[in-house]
Formats: sequence, structure tokens, C-alpha cells
Amino acid sequence: MRQPLLALLAKEPAHGYELKLALEQTFGQAYPSPNIGQIYVTLKRLEQDGLVRSQDVEQATRPNKRVYELTPAGREALRAWVDEPSDGPRIRDEFFIKLILAPRAGLADRMELMNSQRRHYLGIMRSLTELQADTDPADTPARLLIEGAVLHLQADLDWLERCQEELV
Amino acid sequence: MSRSAPKGSPRPPAQLAESPALLRTSKLVKVYRADGVTVEAVRGVDIELAIGEFVAIMGPSGSGKSTLLHVLGGLEPVTSGEIWLRGQRVDRLSTAAWAVLRRQHIGFVFQFFNLLSNMTVADNVELPALLAGVTPRQARKRREELLAELGIADKAGAAPARLSGGEQQRVALARALANEPSLLLADEPTGNLDSSNTRDVLRLLRRAHAGGQAILMVTHDARVASLADRVINLFDGMVADDAKMVPIPRTMNGVSDVLELRG
Repeated sequence: MRQPLLALLAKEPAHGYELKLALEQTFGQAYPSPNIGQIYVTLKRLEQDGLVRSQDVEQATRPNKRVYELTPAGREALRAWVDEPSDGPRIRDEFFIKLILAPRAGLADRMELMNSQRRHYLGIMRSLTELQADTDPADTPARLLIEGAVLHLQADLDWLERCQEELV
Repeated sequence: MSRSAPKGSPRPPAQLAESPALLRTSKLVKVYRADGVTVEAVRGVDIELAIGEFVAIMGPSGSGKSTLLHVLGGLEPVTSGEIWLRGQRVDRLSTAAWAVLRRQHIGFVFQFFNLLSNMTVADNVELPALLAGVTPRQARKRREELLAELGIADKAGAAPARLSGGEQQRVALARALANEPSLLLADEPTGNLDSSNTRDVLRLLRRAHAGGQAILMVTHDARVASLADRVINLFDGMVADDAKMVPIPRTMNGVSDVLELRG
């Protein structure tokens, strides 16, 4: 959560709720929506670390709002994050470990495990396809995020099929 | 899809006296024998498809998916077992009787489109209706409707080879739907398409299904399969799983956790 907030603040100062909205609007419904508490906690920590600073802005009809902006140290930290290559996504290995170990212990039938996992993946896929249909094609980051999720899920299903071919 | 006779409406009970299912198989077996080698491609498959239902068949390559679809469409004879279509036993039909049955009740879509290259798009789509004895005027009307619905009305006069893969598959879909078949059989319909064309074909299939079209589709593509009402997993020529699709609610862990956005 730290770097996305820094990256948003690098564009312009904002208060917590604006940051939440910006994340949701940019990445769409496939993005795990951050809760506002999480955002405030993160902002507070970033401030303690000297990466952002804040000031209260008076509002006529509402309580003051706290507006955050990036410090030079924050900009440097963000630069370092942007410059370093990112790790690939973790492989979803929990199911695989279950698939290998549970039948050995006599806890489950391998075919049944694979069937129920496939059903689960397909259920997620269905939701993603619906999400895709509901997402404005002009909303490029949100559309690409869903497409990425779909491709990963397809890879999970292909892997499951490989397991089925070799293990059953 | 708009159609002159909505497919979702119940058919006359007389036709369904034997079975309420649109398609049903019992202990279906298909064995290939060549040069002393025997391959059991389908080994005792019992499946059912209700009127208007959309079922996807998945499974590893060599699991018998395509063979099953071809046998169900009468493109290859069964070795043993039964196939019932619209309450009629069809596994013993002659090649000629199958051709008539397909013309009237079964639409086919293939991975490689299989359009007739020496005919225009319009002729490809009109041909099945003309073969089924529909008047040229009706055939043309139906063709115009379908091409318009599939967004390729302007391609009517083109040769299939001049079209992109996605457009060719839409023409193939139009041809398959031309006679308002009771059953659409599709073999990897998106297997040769890029992701944007896949999305278009998905949209069209979903619309056809919403209009009451029964679809039985072999696919590797989980996006396509996830649109189905039910997914059958074929393994080693047998049904390993037959499950109703249950979408995972978007709010649940899963949908937004497929990709964990870090940072």
C-alpha cells in the first residue's frame, strides 16, 4: 500500500479519501479495494518515516481535512521503487502442496481435489468474465488488470490439467 | 439472439415423450481401429443436455472431447451405446439421415471455421437454409439478420479468405445458426482467435444462449467455459466431473486476489 500512495501523491497532494477513490477508479473492480482505515494508517507511517508531510485544511461546512504531500525523501524512495525490477507473481502453490500431500496421508482423493479446485477456478473465471463485460473498454488499466487475472487463472487451470495428466 | 421462434419456449410434449432432455447419451463408446491398433477414445459416456442449456466440455488433449462432439453430431459413427436427440434415438441413423438431421437440428462451429472458400460470405450463410428447403427470399432475410447481429453485414459480398479470423468465425457462427438449430455444437470455437476476437465470439455465444440456444462446446479456454451453465470434465474418454457453474461472488476472496498487486 505504501508505494501506490506515494505514487499518487507524486502527482498532486491529496487527502486519504481522495487516494482511496483514485486507486479504485484507476484499477477498477478487480482491484482489492483498500479500506480507508488502512490508508490512514499507511499515511501516518509514511509521515513518521519522513516520506510525506501533512497539513490540516479548513473546510467551511465539514471538519478539517488532512492533506498529504510528498517530501523530497518520499520522492527519492518512490524513484528507487520505480527503478527496481519487480518480482513475478507468486505461484499459487497451496493447492499443489495439498494435492501432493493430502492423498498420501489418505486424507483425500486426488481426482476429487482437482475437480473441486477446477470448479473453484472456473467460478472465479466466471466472475472475472462478468466483470470484464461490465468494465468500460476505455478504462484501460482496469481492463488490463482483469485480463492479467484471467491469463493467470487460465495458467492455473492449464497447470491443473497437467497435474491431472501426470498424477491420476 | 432474436429469432422467429424463440428456442426457450417449450416444445410440443409429443416430441419429448421419451425424454425431457434435448440430448442424452447412454454408455457411449467410440473405438478407433487402424492397422491393428485400437484406441478407445470415448469409453462409456453418459451425458444429458436440457433444452436451452449451455454445457462446456473440458479436459486434457487426447481425453476424447472432440471425438465425443463429432460422434454426437453424427460426423463419425458410434461403436456402441445410445444417442437420443429430441426424444429420438439417432445413433443408428444412416449417413444420409444424419445429414438431414444436422440440417434441421444441429449447427456446427469448428476451430478452423471450415467456410467454403469459393463462395461469398452471404452464400456460405444462406446455403444451409437453401439445402433445408427454405425459399431463397427467406434464406436471404435470415442471412441479413444474422450478419447484422454479428456485426459483419458489410462483409456479405466478400470471400471468406479476405476476412480476419474473428470475422470468419462470426460467419461460421451465422451459418451454424442459420437454420435455428435445436443444438449448437462447437469445437474449440475460439481456439484460433486472439483475445479481442475471443471476447467478441464470447459475447455472441452468450447472446445466443440468452436467446435460448442450447450449446455443447468443447473448449480449452476457461473464459469460454465459464460462461456455460455446466462444465463437464472429460478424462481418458470418461466423465471425470460434471458440475454446475457457480460464480464466486466478486466480494469474496478470489476474484480480486487472483493478482496480488504489491507495492
